[in-house]
Amino acid sequence: MIRDHFKVLVVDLSTGRSTFSDIDGRDTVAGGSGLAAMLFGKYGLLDKPWNEPGQPLIFTIGPLTGYFPLMSKTVCAFKSPYHDQYAESHGGGRSALSLRFADVDALVITGRAKSPSALIVGSRQIEIKDVHFLWGTDLQVAGKVLRRMFPGAGHRTILRIGPAGERQSPMACITADTYRHFGRLGGGAVMGAKNLKAIMIHGDSSFPLPEGKEYTKIFEDVHTKMTDTDMMSKYHDLGTPINVAVLNDIKALPIRNLQATADPATAGITGERFAEVALLRNAACAGCPVGCIHIGFVRERFQKENRYLYRQISYDHELIVTVGSMLGVMDCFEVLKLIDVAEKMGLDVMSPGVALAWATEALAKGIITEKETLVPLAFGNSASYQAAIQHLAYGANEFYQLLSQGTMKAVERYGGGDFACVLGQEMAGYATGETFFVSQALGLRHSHLDAGGYSYDQKPKGKKIEDAVKFLIQDEKARGFLTSMVSCLFARGVYSDELLAGCLNSVGYGTLAGSIGPVSEEIQKLRWKMRVSSGFRPENVSIPKRFTEITTWKGQIDTVFLNSLKDQYASAIMDLARADTTASPSERKDGL
Amino acid sequence: MKILTTPRMERCIGCHSCSLACARLLHKRLSWDTAGIRIRSSGGLSTGFEASICLSCDPAPCVKVCPTGAYSQRKGGGVVVRKKLCIRCGDCATACPVDAIYLDMSGEPFVCIHCGRCVAYCPHDCLEHTEVSGEAGGTAEKEQADTGEVAS
Repeated sequence: MIRDHFKVLVVDLSTGRSTFSDIDGRDTVAGGSGLAAMLFGKYGLLDKPWNEPGQPLIFTIGPLTGYFPLMSKTVCAFKSPYHDQYAESHGGGRSALSLRFADVDALVITGRAKSPSALIVGSRQIEIKDVHFLWGTDLQVAGKVLRRMFPGAGHRTILRIGPAGERQSPMACITADTYRHFGRLGGGAVMGAKNLKAIMIHGDSSFPLPEGKEYTKIFEDVHTKMTDTDMMSKYHDLGTPINVAVLNDIKALPIRNLQATADPATAGITGERFAEVALLRNAACAGCPVGCIHIGFVRERFQKENRYLYRQISYDHELIVTVGSMLGVMDCFEVLKLIDVAEKMGLDVMSPGVALAWATEALAKGIITEKETLVPLAFGNSASYQAAIQHLAYGANEFYQLLSQGTMKAVERYGGGDFACVLGQEMAGYATGETFFVSQALGLRHSHLDAGGYSYDQKPKGKKIEDAVKFLIQDEKARGFLTSMVSCLFARGVYSDELLAGCLNSVGYGTLAGSIGPVSEEIQKLRWKMRVSSGFRPENVSIPKRFTEITTWKGQIDTVFLNSLKDQYASAIMDLARADTTASPSERKDGL
Repeated sequence: MKILTTPRMERCIGCHSCSLACARLLHKRLSWDTAGIRIRSSGGLSTGFEASICLSCDPAPCVKVCPTGAYSQRKGGGVVVRKKLCIRCGDCATACPVDAIYLDMSGEPFVCIHCGRCVAYCPHDCLEHTEVSGEAGGTAEKEQADTGEVAS
């Protein structure tokens, strides 16, 4: 619903009580990322560890959620078990529209349930239900039971965790509606720490649209751009896996723990290859006509006679790289099997892939032995990796317990930090060069989507440090505003500031429409303030040696440029974090 | 006379663009419920999607049970709804054998009027506005307008 403030639902799992608050700030932090940072400032416990029961798990949507195509994502914010600092993770599925139609701008979950529970939220329902019988179930089983237990098929989201989240692994994700995830930085562990197996949000209300023709007109404009032009064809066609071949061709694809950046064998896992032999169908987040979700299949012979079962598994570029090329697994069906195991365990697929790539090299170098790895990890050995992913999820021994907290935790115990492919967290699927490495290592979410460093690397822009820093700061600011709307970042080519202003105006957010520039700056500062005040020190981030040893189409990595860029970007981040902000959460006295 | 059909639901990706378009264009609402076509997964996302939509019965059970005459038979199948006559009893939704009628929180019914405006918003061409035999007439929307109301 269009309103000049935020309607925030706070659920305390410890007491079972819930409250609604009307909080000002629409014209200063907009929603989504900005709202999440503001709410963390209000409800977060900066001096307490991530698993303190009082820490909030925050889900926010934005002013345009549901009103326009691809305004279909949700921001999840929490204190991360990965680094014990403020973190954001973004996800889609039906989560955003479900929150919209449940008529809340933000859901804040605090406390710890007495027994494994599910939280059910709708416009006329708030309930905490005991689901102890689901504790220990994998995501597939949990999903099937939860769907039967709760109403609203098609118009609800079911967010859930698997065994990794229950064990509070920092690599545990929150899965949304089977095929989408709040993947990174351990949101699943936060749910686990709260004894929260699942969150079901029922989008069961509706709202009148703005009067007049302006909204309909601009909707048609956006819809046409999304569907009738080439602007989104990459995502609609092969999807993000189109990047596999592109990056391999320019020697920028992470392969075998980044020991290589190109290999003809990657022909077995390109987007083209997946589409040819393994693509079963597509799916979409609710409110997105592009439908970028690519779903492949694996079949498994489970009896000697010809008896098979099959599974459907969504794939993306990042997953293909991290459990494919990084592990030397160059067959698309084997990649899908690895994704499938990680998905069932409720692990973010990317982090385990990169961590196991490190473990494989560590084993080969004799830093660790099979006593630690339990299985003979070797590049290309998919069966071993399938077992290892389960060991990571369950923390099968001390080695896997450490590794499942992040590669660097294992490095602290066993060594091998030089070849750990960690950029703030386990690396994303780009080895494009200095700007990307710095962008992910220092980025707010340690995500390849924080800023387009991978893109900057590929454009001939010269080698001026100040230009690269300026690009990263500006691009991150623009993306931060988009994720405050909350748009899918795949639509960033369509949603210019001008178009966003038109959209905001058409639904009644005229003030916000007229101040996108200053609000973007405010959001950027607020997010960094949260990050730094919770302990992030960008100047202390180091980029492991392996990233300096690679060769791309541009040649050797320029370590002088890399280090200077890192230092200057860190300095720019600290300037943002120290700058004054005007946004502070003020609750309306009149209540609801 | 045209009716809306869903001949290619196997292609559906669950984007809800059809429902959102119906609610937006016909009922002037932001909703995936208050729409003549509504999408749900058929037992989990891995099994695909199905559409709840009026199958253009003739005679229509909802017309038969409507106590006020708000529902009347539409030429070519389906119904015409005069919402001014509706007393929100919900009998139409109960009578519908395929769960095609949605009642909002106030009991107001929403059912497909076979106008076909959702068709253009389906990215995978799942829907079709199909000519059926019957007396020639205007569009469904025009017919609804002639009889009093188009939307809520």
